[in-house]
Amino acid sequence: MELLIFYPIAILCVILALGVVFNKSPINSAICLIGMMLGLAGIFAITQAHFIAILQIIIYAGAIMVLFMFVIMLLNLKSDAEEWRSRQRNTFLSVTTGFLMLGALYKIIDVILETDFNAPAKVPDTFGTAASVGESLFTDFVLPFEVASVLLLAAMVGAVVLAKTKLD
Amino acid sequence: MADLSHYLILSAILFTIGVLGVLVRRNAIVVFMSIEIMLNAVNISLIGFDRYMNQQDGQIFSFMVMCVAAAEVSVGLAIVISMFRNKPTVNLDEFNILKW
Repeated sequence: MELLIFYPIAILCVILALGVVFNKSPINSAICLIGMMLGLAGIFAITQAHFIAILQIIIYAGAIMVLFMFVIMLLNLKSDAEEWRSRQRNTFLSVTTGFLMLGALYKIIDVILETDFNAPAKVPDTFGTAASVGESLFTDFVLPFEVASVLLLAAMVGAVVLAKTKLD
Repeated sequence: MADLSHYLILSAILFTIGVLGVLVRRNAIVVFMSIEIMLNAVNISLIGFDRYMNQQDGQIFSFMVMCVAAAEVSVGLAIVISMFRNKPTVNLDEFNILKW
């Protein structure tokens, strides 16, 4: 039953991800990326990770993508929107890299399809709610939580310093 | 929930698309977006395993991944802005200032 919801969202996500890579102008790439993030939030919601789905929408589709849009518009990249092409001459290295990537993808899918995953466990009703995730966040994982706050502070200070007009 | 294999295959495909974007594109901002695709692909795996094993630790991990992604994007875009100030382009082929 859930596959009826899963497959359209998954196909949409893959198409939008390809759109991010192959779009000409960065602003269209950013819009495709927002769509992909929203689709992934839907996939998280199917998996009953409701809290993470909401966080995905707020953090990725909201905050991070606003940052991207902001920078794209700040830099006024319209001149850069003309034709991007892949390289004219394919070197031996690039062809090898492409084949290795395809081979790795094929191998991963092969292994996944051969492994026998039993039916997923029945989960309790509180699985993935903000209350239960928050409880394990503030009991078992309180040290990583604090480290994350320090990381975000450092990133904020670093971004301000890097983007300052004059560094002297 | 659908089978775990669906989630893992979706994750693998999205990760490969992200790697493709990092390798192919020359626009620095699009390269950052491809990195976001890769981080999201990893999140799908984490959430899928998490539901499959009936534990909540994976959700905490994906929360941490989101924190790191936010930090990475803010610092990375600040670097892009300050590089753009030196040389008005975001084409990665033209940046060789770390070469010596």
